[in-house]
Parts: sequence; structure tokens; C-alpha cells
Amino acid sequence: MKKEKIIEGLLKFSALVTILTTVGILYVLLSESIAFFREVSIWEFITDKEWTPLFVKKHFGIMPLVAGTLLTTFIAISVALPIGITIAIYLSEYAHKRFKKIVKPLLEILAAVPTVVYGFFALTVVTPFLQSIIPSISGFNALSAGIVMGIMIIPYVSSLSEDALSAVPKELRNGSYAMGSTRLQTAFKVMVPAASSGIIVSVILAFSRAIGETMIVAIAAGQQPRLTMNPLVPIETITAYIVQVSLGDVQHNSIEYRTIFAAGITLFIFTFILNNIGFYIRKKYREQYE
Amino acid sequence: MNNSQINRLKDKTFNYFGIFCTLIGLVILAFFIGSIFYDGLRRIDWDFLTSLPSRKAEKAGILTAWVGSIWIVIFTFIIVVPLGISAGIYLEEYAKKSRLSSLIEVNISNLAGVPSIIYGLLSLEIFVRLFGMGNSILAGSCTLALLVLPIVIVATREALKAVPHSIRAASYALGASKWQTVWEQVLPASFGGILTGVILAISRAVGETAPLIVIGALLYVPFTPSSPMDEFTVLPIQIFNWISRPQHEFTTNAAAAIILLLLITFIMNGVAVYFRNKWQKKINW
Amino acid sequence: MENVLEAKNVNVFYGDFQALKNINMKFKKNAVTALIGPSGCGKSTYLRLFNRMNDYIDSFNMQGDIMVENKNIYNKEIVVEELRKKIGMVFQKPNPFPKSIFENVAYGLKIQGVTNKAVLKNAVRKALQQAALWDEVKLDLDKSALALSGGQQQRLCIARTLAVEPSIILMDEPTSALDPIATAKVEELIRELKQKYTIIIVTHNMQQASRISDYTAFFYMGEMIEYNKTDTIFTNPQHERTQNYITGRFG
Repeated sequence: MKKEKIIEGLLKFSALVTILTTVGILYVLLSESIAFFREVSIWEFITDKEWTPLFVKKHFGIMPLVAGTLLTTFIAISVALPIGITIAIYLSEYAHKRFKKIVKPLLEILAAVPTVVYGFFALTVVTPFLQSIIPSISGFNALSAGIVMGIMIIPYVSSLSEDALSAVPKELRNGSYAMGSTRLQTAFKVMVPAASSGIIVSVILAFSRAIGETMIVAIAAGQQPRLTMNPLVPIETITAYIVQVSLGDVQHNSIEYRTIFAAGITLFIFTFILNNIGFYIRKKYREQYE
Repeated sequence: MNNSQINRLKDKTFNYFGIFCTLIGLVILAFFIGSIFYDGLRRIDWDFLTSLPSRKAEKAGILTAWVGSIWIVIFTFIIVVPLGISAGIYLEEYAKKSRLSSLIEVNISNLAGVPSIIYGLLSLEIFVRLFGMGNSILAGSCTLALLVLPIVIVATREALKAVPHSIRAASYALGASKWQTVWEQVLPASFGGILTGVILAISRAVGETAPLIVIGALLYVPFTPSSPMDEFTVLPIQIFNWISRPQHEFTTNAAAAIILLLLITFIMNGVAVYFRNKWQKKINW
Repeated sequence: MENVLEAKNVNVFYGDFQALKNINMKFKKNAVTALIGPSGCGKSTYLRLFNRMNDYIDSFNMQGDIMVENKNIYNKEIVVEELRKKIGMVFQKPNPFPKSIFENVAYGLKIQGVTNKAVLKNAVRKALQQAALWDEVKLDLDKSALALSGGQQQRLCIARTLAVEPSIILMDEPTSALDPIATAKVEELIRELKQKYTIIIVTHNMQQASRISDYTAFFYMGEMIEYNKTDTIFTNPQHERTQNYITGRFG
């Protein structure tokens, strides 16, 4: 039975690789960031309003990158949220089973298209289209990147929300119908409130996905860190900054090199918190129905 | 109009609005894909597929890019498949309910939510520098393997869960050991589900750009790699490179390369959905 | 007749719940012994003790000895896989592997390392003949076992068990998922198999117990109330509870 033990050991090791990955991520981000923060104070990092590590006159304020990230994310969410939730309600309350069966995998395609393709889409189709409506909009801008990102994350919102709606016990829906409600009234007054925590989770996870998205914003939103909420001008997100530095010729162990880890840990903290809020809510509402 | 008529009208209106929303994303995507085909299709010919990159748009080809992508896919597959399936088997068949196993589970869902660019930072320090792999195909494959590992693990677990317990009991009752039961009965019975997960994972890896840029994959590679330790580029990075250039001719090149990338992605996803449906139909124990 | 199996002072717990209370029992060789009793009385748990299938239940805990050929099978040095080759089991619902008929029957030998095709073919044929299934499937050995009818599947599961050449066969309500005709075939098979094997069968169906078994044990609430020759149990039970159960007053 020695063979059995060896095999179990190998399998266990494979599972532990996932733990090693997390440890590795934390170690890499922390060790480089700590080196960074030896040279730049955390206070400067979170309060300085400029981010110019690659210029001669260096400023290390993360705020412009965070602002750029949040701006594109909010635009994406305001596209994906109404559309995604409407789709979820439509598919769970209105659509024929056959329609649902065809449409669901098609919607998944939206999330399967490589992001570099969406970036191309934003830059060569959406931006020129926006320019024809708003002539003042720049060639690189948050609006175009945000809208396209929104289209990409529609399935994240719609499929998790739909799961939440279908998890609501049938009796609730039948009860509402039996009282003479229309499908619309049933959907919004009974089903959506009952599935609200699941829907919230879907939005939180979509939010987290948008914050971490890289290629669309790197291609279409620009490379100018700017503390603004104006969606018409070039900005830079945390992820786009990391790409920008990676493409350039930056010396290892220099302060410029370390900025990408400081930026990276900021990004990691945002997504980590969002994901865990999402998991926590999901765990709670699963218990509700068990 | 009385109250209930108004309600009916609202109900109907929402019905159409629902159809509209469901289709809008798809229509936009279809429109976009159409315009890419219009732009890029005429650019695709034998020369385009077999030429090295060039500073002249009309001469540039994607040979190094697709060859690089194939190298990356093969090595990612070799790394992630045994690792992911083993981890899935451990968690589903072996691990007892303990703090460690629930920690691993929480950790896997967390990893699935970590932005891909963070994996690039991890690999830049660990694989590229610490392990001295440099910006090689091997380093790139390790990066993508870790990135898609959660997808394979989760798919494996779902597929194993779908195998009824009675199959395991029957195997044990015949004197099979745990591993024999897993290897001879449970794994073959869950093959379809695992395969679906693996294809989706690889499809995701083919389209990834950001983490490879971070580990230093090159925008311009004038040779095709001949070993896993060689430097490389891949299709999405070549596309990104061409998009970043101002001249319109390069945009056409990007569109042409996107057509190929999309074809690969869609075919893989289609095959995955096909296997999933076929496999679901097959099991009616 | 000699005893092949013996339970000594057996107590079984699931967590705090005591599923079996101080069972002492000897099983006769080449006989069919039926375990009867209302559901939840512990008879299935008891059956599963003999090939240690309860080991996979987390809260399972046993005291006492189960002796097979005068060895306690719960001793540490017992290799559970070896034990199960000697003591086969047929389950409540037919559970063929999602493979071909041939692969189903050959599996038990293959995992023991038998690779010789001629040997496997022979063993498969012999087992299917013993299980009275050969004539129905001999042309379809490569077909999926899932395509067989429920009764055929159950006989396949019996054949699969026989192929390993056990000496004892445990059956856990083997006909409860079958129609009357398939049930009759399996019962006939059991009667024939006892020439060579010791069979212990859990059943819900009292008529079945009286038709096929030589000995019957009645279980109630984790206790063994009565154990005797089947004729005696059904014609002249010693305990009132047994009497009430077999006459259908509860159960």
C-alpha cells in the first residue's frame, strides 16, 4: 500500500500548489512593495495627487491611477448592470426554455473573447463612433474603454444573477401568480428581492473583474495618469500602468521597477476585498435556502 | 385603460426590453466581428501566415506569433492538466473535511478572482528571475498554467461529483484500492466534464496578453522558437503590437490576426460546449 | 455444517447513535442466511460490516470482533482489498460501471493484475454463465452495460462479483429495484449459487426470505431478536416481535 500513499502525497502536493501560488503572490507583492515604501512614504503614496515615476521630477501618488481605474470600472458597471440584470430577469421569468438554452452559451461568448480583441474594438470602432457624437472626445478616453468593458462583463452579471433567481423556490413565484400578479410584478416585487443577495454578489464580482481588466484600458484609455472623473480625456489605470512599464526598458531593482509592485498590491487589495465580500454574501445566502 | 390593462402593457413592454437587452451585446459583438472580417479577411493569405514580422505592414506576417502560441499552449497544457486534475482529485476524493481542505477551497476561489496581470508580476519575480527561466516559453507557460489552474480544478471537481457514489462502492466491493477506483472507474466516467474544463482553460490561455507582457514576452520576434527556453511572442501580443502603431496598414494586419485568434477561441469554446452537452446526455445512470 | 463467519459482541455507533447492540451470530457455510427487519433496524449496517464497507462513513465506530476463517477482519494487519476479494457484495440498485459488459466482469481480475486475454475471456464467460446471463449477452460483450435491462444489470453485477471467486457473497436487498420476473430469475440464481458460496442477504421481502434462505435472523432497533432455521422462524417464532413482523403487523 506504499504506492497508494505516494500517489496520495502527489495529489496533495498538486492541491497545495494553489496555496503556494497565493503565498508566492503575497511574497512577491509585499517584498517589492516594502522595498518601494522604504524610499517613498505610504503617506505620499496615498495623498500625492500626481503619478510621474518615469519623469525626471518624480511623484508617487497612486490616486490618479486609482481614479482612472474606478472611472472606467464605473462606466463598465453602468453598462453591464442594467443590461445584465434585465437579461437575468428576462431569461428566468419570461424566456422559453429553448430560447434560454441557445442564448446562454452565446452570452458566455462575450466573456470568452480575448480582451485584446475588445481593446481593438474600443479603439477602432467605439471611439470613432463617440467622436462623431461628441467631437471634443480624445482619441484615448475612459468612456470608450469603459463601455466596451461593460459589454464584456455582461455575462458575469447576467449568469450569476440568473442562477440566484432560479435558486428562489418556485412556490414564491406561484404564490405571486396566484394573487393575480403579472410576470413583471412578480419579477420585481417577489423574485428580485428574494434573490437580491445573489444579484449583489454578481455585481461585486463583475466590479472586481472590471478593476483588474488590463488590455482594453491599456489600448483604448490612454497612458496619462490624471486625477479626473472626466470620461472624455485620456487617463491611466493601475493595470495599464503596469503594462506601460513592462513594455519599457526599466532596470531591475530600480524605484521605477518597484512602482509596478506597489501598483500591483493596490490592485490586489481592491480585488481581494471585493471578492471576499462576494464570497461571504454568497455563503450566507446559500445557507438561507438550505 | 384600467389598472390591470396598464399592468399588462408594462409586462409586455418589459418582455420586449428583455429580448432587446439579451440580444444587444450579441448584436454589437456580431457587428464588430463582421467589421473585423471586412477589414482583415482580405489580408489573410499564405504569405501572411508564413512571413516573419516586418516594419513594413504589407510584408509583415504572423508566423512567429502563431508558432509561439502553439508552443505556449502545448507547455501550458502539459503543466496544468496533471496539476489541475490531481488537485481536483485530491480535494474531491481524498481530502477529509479539515481546516486545510477548506483553506485550499477558499484559496482557489480567491485565486480565480486575482487579476491576470498580478500573475504576471508573480512570474516575473519567481519564474523569470528567481528560477532563472528568463522571458522564455517555459516561463510564459508556467504563468498561464497557474492562471488557469483554478478553472481546471473546479471543472474536475464538478465532473467527479457527478459520478454516483454507487460506482465507487461497486469498485471497492470488488477489492479495488482507492487509487484503482479513482483511476479505473471515477476518472473515465468523468472524462467529458474534465475535458470541457481543460479546453475552456486552454482557450483562456490562448487569448491572454497582459501577464505575458509583464514577464517580458517580446513585441518583435524575428525568429520562430525552437526550444522551450527561447524567447517568444504570441498572437494576442502581436495583435497588441500592431494596434499600438499609428499607421492604418497595421490596423488591417491586427484585424487579420484577430480573425485567426477569434477562430481559435470560438472553435475551442464550441467544442467544449459540444462535449459538455454530449457528456450530460450520456449519463443517465 | 461448519461456520465460516462469526460476529462476537458487535456494537456499532454512528456518532452518538447506536446502530447495532451487542450482536453475536455464526453463519453456516454454503447456506443462504437472510437478515430481515423493519427499515432502520441495522441489518444493512450489519451486512456492510463483513466487507468493511462502513469504513468510508466518517462517524462510524465499531466495537467487537468479526471473525472470518478465525481471523478478526478488523485487525490492523488485514488488507481490506484482500478481504473484499474473498467477500463479494451485490448492492440494492444495480450499479454497473459505465463500460462494456466484458470490462465490467473483467474489472475485478484486472485490478489484481491479470492481463492475459485468454484467462480474462475464460473467467468472464464462466462468471456470466454462473450468473445465468451468458446466453443473453454472449454476442454483445462489447456493448455498454448501461444498455442492459435492470434485471440483466443486477445479474451482471452478480457475475462481476463471482469473477473474483469469493467464498462469501453479501447481498443488500438485491431485488428491491427489480420487477417480479427479474426478481424470480435472481432468486433462482441465488438458490443455485449456494452450492458453492455462502450467501448473506438483506431483504425487506418476507416471502423472499422464506423462499430462498436456509436461516433467517430478525433484527429490530439494532438488536438481533431471533436467529434460527428459516422454517422455524416462519412457522414457530419464539418472540412476539418476530411473530408480529412476519405476519405483517408492523414493518
